[in-house]
Amino acid sequence: MKDPRLIEISVGAFVALGLAALLMLAMKVANLAEFSAPQGYEVRAYFDNIGGLQVRSPVKMGGVVVGRVTAISYDSERYQAKVTLRIERGYDHIPNDTAANIYTAGLLGEQYVGLEAGGEENYLRENSEITITQSAVVLEKAMQEFLYNKTAKSSGPKS
Amino acid sequence: MIELLAKLGRASLGVFERLGRGHLFLLAVLGRLPGLALRPRLLLQQMWSVGVQSLLIIVVSGSFVGMVLGLQGYNTLVTFGAEESLGVVVAKSLLRELGPVIAALLFAGRAGSALTAEIGFMKATEQLSAMEMMAVDPLGRVVAPRFVAGLLSMPLLAAIFTAIGVLGGYFCGVGLLGVDEGAFWSQMQAKVTLVQDVVNGVVIKSLAFGLVVSWIAVFEGYDAVPTSEGVSAATTRTVVHSSLAILGLDFVLTGLMFN
Repeated sequence: MKDPRLIEISVGAFVALGLAALLMLAMKVANLAEFSAPQGYEVRAYFDNIGGLQVRSPVKMGGVVVGRVTAISYDSERYQAKVTLRIERGYDHIPNDTAANIYTAGLLGEQYVGLEAGGEENYLRENSEITITQSAVVLEKAMQEFLYNKTAKSSGPKS
Repeated sequence: MIELLAKLGRASLGVFERLGRGHLFLLAVLGRLPGLALRPRLLLQQMWSVGVQSLLIIVVSGSFVGMVLGLQGYNTLVTFGAEESLGVVVAKSLLRELGPVIAALLFAGRAGSALTAEIGFMKATEQLSAMEMMAVDPLGRVVAPRFVAGLLSMPLLAAIFTAIGVLGGYFCGVGLLGVDEGAFWSQMQAKVTLVQDVVNGVVIKSLAFGLVVSWIAVFEGYDAVPTSEGVSAATTRTVVHSSLAILGLDFVLTGLMFN
């Protein structure tokens, strides 16, 4: 048999390697660090249609991720979808009249909330509401409208 | 006709007999675990031969599986212009299925067969009987440390396999094929969840596989017919049965976890 000390060292290294791999999977692959300390502030926005928006979808301003969607629910009094956005700490100079739109990254990509800064002096705070919103473009709806316009136009001149 | 029926009956009784013996054996081994805590050196020795010595094949296979996933995933995704999702594809398929399953299959071939052969030869050369003669319990002294070593090594090996696989996919996708590095990691981090993917996939699945493979390996060895043919048949049975058990169990666990 081998030197017992060598065995101890190699088993110790093996266990350490295994735990390090597990840690890497948790931190680097699942990105645990981002969730450990929820900081920043939450704002609400109401949309008529959120399309394929999901919890954890990014919130972007000028293409930069400034936060994430933390909750989605249906408000049965307003008949609208209520989306809660958590804006990261450090982005606390977003004007009150900022517009929130739901965009799609590419044709098949995931959907995200895009914020476009307004010009007001007051800034968004914890629990404030973004009032200017624009719903997601639902592809079926757009196609339906397109086809409807097309047929209306082509049948128009004849009659 | 009667002879045929008798044969059938004998065969199925034999199956039930082995099944029952296997479960009673597992209970007996589990009963020896507290005694093992008093002799950690035995466990250490087995961790070395079961875990550390399997490391090379796990690392090499992991990197190749990850690289192949990177290549194939890229070829499929690039037709949709979605090659940024390569990180998600590689990480999810490794974490949920390929990591634990392939690591367990390799483990069964590399360590399970060795365990069976070792214990089987101990039995064939009457070392186990000799231990009993000296009032040393072979279940506690020989079987339990090997069983626990297999059970503990399996999740560690699966985690190493998966981590190396992700790095292999990264090397192929980002290094060779030119996927954007930021998109590779950020899409992966946005879509992979700790509990659903990492804990369910790598930790729980591989613990279950480790239990099944080590159990089958030590039982087949302990239950082997004490001849050369008997030991060789037992080793073959270990590899075949544990591979089938891993794949079947994986189907059931996937059904339970990801619905």
